[in-house]
Amino acid sequence: MAVLLLGEVNNGELSVDATAKAVTAAKSLGDVTVLCAGASAAAAGEAAAKIDGVAKVLVAEDASLSHRLAEPTAALIVSLAGDYSHIVAPATTDAKNVMPRVAALLDVMVISDVSGVVDADTFERPIYAGNAIQTVKSKDSKKVITFRTSTFDAAGEGGSAAVETVGVSDAPSLSSWIEDKVAESDRPELTSAKIVVSGGRGVGSEEDFKVIEALADKLGAAVGASRAAVDSGFAPNDWQVGQTGKVVAPELYIAAGISGAIQHLAGMKDSKIIVAINKDKEAPIFQVADFGLVADLFDAVPELTSKL
Amino acid sequence: MKVLVPVKRVIDYNVKARVKADGSGVDLANVKMSMNPFDEIAVEEAIRLKEKGAVEEIVAVSIGVKQAQETLRTALAMGADRAILVVAADDVHNDIEPLAVAKILAKIVEEEAPKMVILGKQAIDNDMNATGQMLAALLGWGQATFASEVVVEGEAAKVTREVDGGLQTIEVKLPAIVTTDLRLNEPRYASLPNIMKAKKKPLDEKTAADYGVDVSPRLEVVKTTEPEARQAGEMVPDVDTLIAKLKEKGVV
Ligand SMILES: Cc1cc2nc3c(=O)[nH]c(=O)nc-3n(C[C@H](O)[C@H](O)[C@H](O)COP(=O)(O)OP(=O)(O)OC[C@H]3O[C@@H](n4cnc5c(N)ncnc54)[C@H](O)[C@@H]3O)c2cc1C
Repeated sequence: MAVLLLGEVNNGELSVDATAKAVTAAKSLGDVTVLCAGASAAAAGEAAAKIDGVAKVLVAEDASLSHRLAEPTAALIVSLAGDYSHIVAPATTDAKNVMPRVAALLDVMVISDVSGVVDADTFERPIYAGNAIQTVKSKDSKKVITFRTSTFDAAGEGGSAAVETVGVSDAPSLSSWIEDKVAESDRPELTSAKIVVSGGRGVGSEEDFKVIEALADKLGAAVGASRAAVDSGFAPNDWQVGQTGKVVAPELYIAAGISGAIQHLAGMKDSKIIVAINKDKEAPIFQVADFGLVADLFDAVPELTSKL
Repeated sequence: MKVLVPVKRVIDYNVKARVKADGSGVDLANVKMSMNPFDEIAVEEAIRLKEKGAVEEIVAVSIGVKQAQETLRTALAMGADRAILVVAADDVHNDIEPLAVAKILAKIVEEEAPKMVILGKQAIDNDMNATGQMLAALLGWGQATFASEVVVEGEAAKVTREVDGGLQTIEVKLPAIVTTDLRLNEPRYASLPNIMKAKKKPLDEKTAADYGVDVSPRLEVVKTTEPEARQAGEMVPDVDTLIAKLKEKGVV
């Protein structure tokens, strides 16, 4: 059995953390070949070859593959699919865009957000905002899977896989890229950070979110947010943690001014240590917190920042 | 142009799902069911496009149990013009997989010839995030998933997408698939007069067999279990104690 793993490539660069976590998840399924696709992907391919456990790397470079548009990326994967029993990727927004398309083109059911591999056909995945874990056995000849990265440790370095170039077939151009709005930040990425500090509606404004950011910067942490904070414009969409945002499992998760709705818990309840700061002692977030502090966040968070 | 909006009947988002004691699934008997929240956003977007004059007709579709006609009536009350119910299951515990749903939708698209299908990005029950992408593949259409803004410009749509790094704007040729993210709009509530009016709007009833689609699952559910519960923690009286505890754990 052989696995084709879609590496997470952005602007020619490999997201090593997400890719290496998917490698760990996929290793038991067979020899892992990582596909790096993009307008330029050679450097990403070199980086993928160093991930421990990678048997081979395929590099596909073509202008149509820039910006990870779903249609050409899916067409490329399908053109390579014949050799593989499993086609997998880390469950990033890019892969969630592409992989169901791949699955339908192969007439198989996609298995999204897999959190556990039982055997080559059988997988565990959270459903209902993580309130249940379902074990499913696929009857399809090929499995198309995205892995929930927060539940797998990243594979280390030390590999030296062979890198091959693959040709790109013509696909009809159905969509085109216009622009990206990506905030530059020196902070660690939300999904790989050791510490995450998140703010909710209780923070009250974009201006006041600086209180959360100051604590995060003091701790070298990433910043997260609840849906309510994002909807209200206090925080950008890519900070949203939850069922329908990012799923994180850091060593330490600090939630300030977040009530603890099930949709939020779905994205952070696997964190090692959870701290909740909320002025309402009945807030449901306290039921999952290791340490709860009933306080006004505008007192407690700055105090934490200054004393840490 | 015509827009097709598939809607799914799911557990209400305020209800905490309970796993059945025998491990066969989540208990949905006597549980409040509602329209999947992302599908409400899809219906709302179609209505706004119609209000802007970009859309003439909105057809809502639901595939599942017979009771999904309530969900369709909600879509009609919000502002959809007519509805198609495809009965594909007789037990609410029998979830129709995205691949089968996409195959039925592809047949309906052949008949209805919409210029756009707007779907929710994910259903909050199976959390699969797949139907829109699969339908796009089956139709050979372009796809704009996780949309936070949709602007129809002639034979294309400019769509801003919520992605891991922030926002991406793409242009997708029509006909196309759009899937909705949370920030696209805030769905309206149906008014009482509109709920009354919706009862008279046309609702066609079909079955999966009418479309010749086999809906038997590709993924056999082996078991469904409760996730490991977190141990209840402790309340700390002040920031100093909190810092001491965190130091003890070695996380700061
Ligand atoms: C389809 C769908 C998907 C969703 N997906 C997500 C998701 O991915 N992620 C997500 O987070 N949510 C999601 N939600 C939303 C979720 O249901 C909640 O509405 C949201 O998480 C609430 O955010 P919050 O806790 O910040 O706000 P609230 O529930 O309003 O809580 C604010 C809290 O702040 C406290 N507070 C106020 N002021 C202070 C202060 N000065 N000091 C200390 N505490 C204070 C209050 O006591 C309260 O507990 C989703 C909902 C739906 C329907």
